[in-house]
Amino acid sequence: MGKFNKSAGTREVPELNTASMPDLVFAILFFFMVTVSMRSETLIVRFTLPTASEVQKLEKKSLVTYINIGIPLDPRLGIGTRMQLNDKLAEVSDIQDYIAQEKSRLNEADQQFMTVSIKADENTKMKYISDVKQALRKAYALKISYSARKGEN
Amino acid sequence: MANRKKRKTPNLNSSSMADISFLLLTFFLMTSSMDTDSGLARRLPPPPQNEEQLQKMDVQRRNLMVVLVNYQNQIMVRTQAGDEWYNNIAELQGTGGKVPLKEKVKEFVLNANNRFDLPELIEEDFGPPIGKVLVTPDHVISLQNDATTSYKAYIAVQNELVKAYNELRDQAAKKYFGRSYKELLPEQQEQINKLYPQRISEAEPKDYVQQGGGR
Repeated sequence: MGKFNKSAGTREVPELNTASMPDLVFAILFFFMVTVSMRSETLIVRFTLPTASEVQKLEKKSLVTYINIGIPLDPRLGIGTRMQLNDKLAEVSDIQDYIAQEKSRLNEADQQFMTVSIKADENTKMKYISDVKQALRKAYALKISYSARKGEN
Repeated sequence: MANRKKRKTPNLNSSSMADISFLLLTFFLMTSSMDTDSGLARRLPPPPQNEEQLQKMDVQRRNLMVVLVNYQNQIMVRTQAGDEWYNNIAELQGTGGKVPLKEKVKEFVLNANNRFDLPELIEEDFGPPIGKVLVTPDHVISLQNDATTSYKAYIAVQNELVKAYNELRDQAAKKYFGRSYKELLPEQQEQINKLYPQRISEAEPKDYVQQGGGR
């Protein structure tokens, strides 16, 4: 017993050295900065993607243009199927301008690899999708991808 | 002079450094999205030069498989070898005891028994180690839908078609290279893709309802 008491008074718990903490956090920070892409747009339409088992990943994100199709989040904007291009609701007839604009942003060598990802709600009627597809054909954006969640099907 | 000797440079207090970097970290965590987009890749045909060209595409009847998805999401598959109906997507995948669409597509693309009512077999050279093989380069799967078909059903059918091709390619990869398709080199995958090209045509929708149900 005496042995324990003797040392208890003098011994102190050593302080945790936190000097390397900022380094650690910075390392994580840089990891995130490198691996992720900034969220480019806020969604104003709501959609649930359909599921498919044979999906492929879209490789180069800078070459991908998104078309979101769904029901507006704000009911004042309507309750039917609408399309969002670049942060605002648009009509099918606006697609050609939008594609041309997105295409001009890429350099010439990459323009042929431009992919359009159609993110549409699973309850969308095919008429709408077909109209979008026809518009994309006219705009010569022929590489498309039907966005889907990976899942059992 | 004596005073100057005593003076020391004060240490920079870096205790708040961790807080600042945490703040930055949380900012990036919130604003970035980790989800990678995935989907079924397709290639659309170029726009028609004029209206007459629209429907002109000569395909021999035996080379054509028509997959129709109607407004109730029922599916009909027509080939020269026979028709098949599926009442819903589950049946399409083979739960109702019917031959699943995937098997029908595989049979159609392979035409292993050289039947006259399945696509024409043509011998082509695919380079070593595949060599000369009988394939059906002219087959076409035409996917047609109604105006009110749901996107979900459409994607499910597309998925089944792609699955059939993927399984065929995997089989071929195992046969010729002894490995699964995913493990092959890009050039080898290219070879296999040439062996079984995905020939899915997405036709313009026909609005059956507005045309009075006629075809």
